Amino acid sequence: MLTARNLECIRGEHRLFSNLSFSVNPGELMFVGGPNGSGKTSLLRLLCGLSLPDDGEIYWNGTDIRKLGVDYRDVMTYLGHLGGIKDDLTAIENLRISCALAGCEIDEDQAADALGQIGLAGREMLPARVLSQGQRRRVALARLLVTRTKLWILDEPLTALDVAAVELIKGILEHNLAKGGMVIMTTHQELVMSTVTVHHLVLS
Amino acid sequence: MTINWFKYASPASFYFLAGRMIPYFSIAAIIFLIVGLYIAFFSAPTDFQQGEAYRIIFIHVPAAWMSMFLYVVMAFWAGIGLAFNTRLSSMVASAIAPTGAMFTFLALWTGAWWGKPMWGTWWVWDARLTSELILFFLYIGFMSLQAAIDDPRRADKAGAIIALVGVVNIPIIYFSVQWWNTLHQGASVSLIQSPKMATAMLSGMLIMALAVWMYSIVMILIRARLIILERERHTAWVSELKEGVLE
Amino acid sequence: MIWWIIKRDLLLAMRRRSDVLTTLFFFVIVVSLFPLGVGPEASILRIMASGVVWVAALLASMLSLGRMFSSDYADGTLEQMLLSPVSLSALVMGKAISHWLVTGVPLVLMAPVLGIQYDLPVEALIVLTLSLLLGTPVLSLIGAIGAALTLGLRGGGVLVSILVLPLYIPVLIFGTGAVEASTAGMGFGAHFSILGAFLLVSIVFSPWATAASLRISMG
Repeated sequence: MLTARNLECIRGEHRLFSNLSFSVNPGELMFVGGPNGSGKTSLLRLLCGLSLPDDGEIYWNGTDIRKLGVDYRDVMTYLGHLGGIKDDLTAIENLRISCALAGCEIDEDQAADALGQIGLAGREMLPARVLSQGQRRRVALARLLVTRTKLWILDEPLTALDVAAVELIKGILEHNLAKGGMVIMTTHQELVMSTVTVHHLVLS
Repeated sequence: MTINWFKYASPASFYFLAGRMIPYFSIAAIIFLIVGLYIAFFSAPTDFQQGEAYRIIFIHVPAAWMSMFLYVVMAFWAGIGLAFNTRLSSMVASAIAPTGAMFTFLALWTGAWWGKPMWGTWWVWDARLTSELILFFLYIGFMSLQAAIDDPRRADKAGAIIALVGVVNIPIIYFSVQWWNTLHQGASVSLIQSPKMATAMLSGMLIMALAVWMYSIVMILIRARLIILERERHTAWVSELKEGVLE
Repeated sequence: MIWWIIKRDLLLAMRRRSDVLTTLFFFVIVVSLFPLGVGPEASILRIMASGVVWVAALLASMLSLGRMFSSDYADGTLEQMLLSPVSLSALVMGKAISHWLVTGVPLVLMAPVLGIQYDLPVEALIVLTLSLLLGTPVLSLIGAIGAALTLGLRGGGVLVSILVLPLYIPVLIFGTGAVEASTAGMGFGAHFSILGAFLLVSIVFSPWATAASLRISMG
């Protein structure tokens, strides 16, 4: 369970949010909404531990994530709005390296398999430079098929995806939630998830 | 009587404490400076080898001492700020840097003035002068890095890292330069040459050192107060200060 | 895990060969400019050789520091590294090693050729090359700290030179000192021991300081 208590975030002279508290239980999904500049990305960066809140704490199963360190990074996957995709590497190389960085090494076949599932069959060996925005997004998202982490923190995962791909991602998210995983994501496109508990957090 | 020391760790209390302390240190600085300069220029005897020009060491040596000492103090406070996330210590570190750089520059400048009559040249690659020059570069690096970063928290921490890396490297740099100097020039001419310094000379130097200390404290307190005001300008106590409620 | 990083960076360097070659040509051009400025007198060139080659190596290594983290920063890979369960210091070590393989090693290999331009005797050429072999990894390791601290700052390239060049001075002194000692017919073992000591110290401290700097810059 991920719990945030009285979070405050100040950027420059601007207070993005304060006294923000919530918790996300296994099997639950939380959408983070709000207009541009309301602090959605900043909140996600706090939750994954990239930056420190100006006030408040974040707990994973009752322990402060700062104390957990590596143990927290072991159970968490963060996908930023920058996908971490290298133009000069092929889709397969990109996926294998980002998985290795996330601590789950996969071989070429597993990577090709994951890329096939996400709709990139036949494009595995192309350098990312020639892929479209949506296809690059798919390469980044393919990591979700391989990872075994419980908590997913996704920053605008649906940007540039077509309708079919959005359905595909929805399926992947539902699968993780059904296993008792947790998802926190920002999006401008509402996903209709009927079977799971959905929280909405709107920043203003 | 128990004193709550943590009270002074808050920028606001420090601001007022520093404001009260500045006059005393200023007076001390002026007194030491007058006495020290009097000894330096009138009371201390003329050096029979070096003539009158040697008197510049009364400024040169204290400035050089202070420049090195301040770097260590700066790195210390910056390190404390990094380790314990105490904003005030980081602000003090930022306040120290310009004064330290100024003394480094002063030591270099007076070294050149001293070198012209002594060695007939403005600059020699003497081990001490070279180390002082590198120290100047380190100060400049610290200040440029902090100036380039907009977010004050990042500036504090990044500055702390480079200050600590600098402090670890200073002994290595110093001994490298020393070694390089002996290799290239044989015995180098050192600035404090006379083995038996006259008592008047020594006391003059020490009093000047005290003056430099007091001056540094005053400057650092003034600058720290300005940094505090700038960083805390959106807090309630600064607005109250502006409206004249406090003080 | 270090291997993944090294392998990836080498792969990227192979696909962007021009970046590697620019650094190398910068080194060659800087070294070749000095005789044009000072004159072709062989006796003067021989004295200057080690200093010129070493300073050019410092500059070349420093100029390529900007690339060490900036592309990973721009495309979001750096975020992934910070959130990786693998220790960030180990990843940073991998980055520094690949930086050295891509920029340092070509300089080391090119140095004897440039030494010939300066009429260095064979023994001095060997010592120069070995001193660079020991010294250039230290440059990559120390430089990593500067690169991490200036990440994403405006004017980061100039800033990194102000931060890093003073820290390079001990390496410069003992690197050139080794060559001078060998031309003077003295032993140069002590210089190599000290350069080796610098290398060990920077292997221990630099990845740690770089990792801390990256967390500060990304926080």
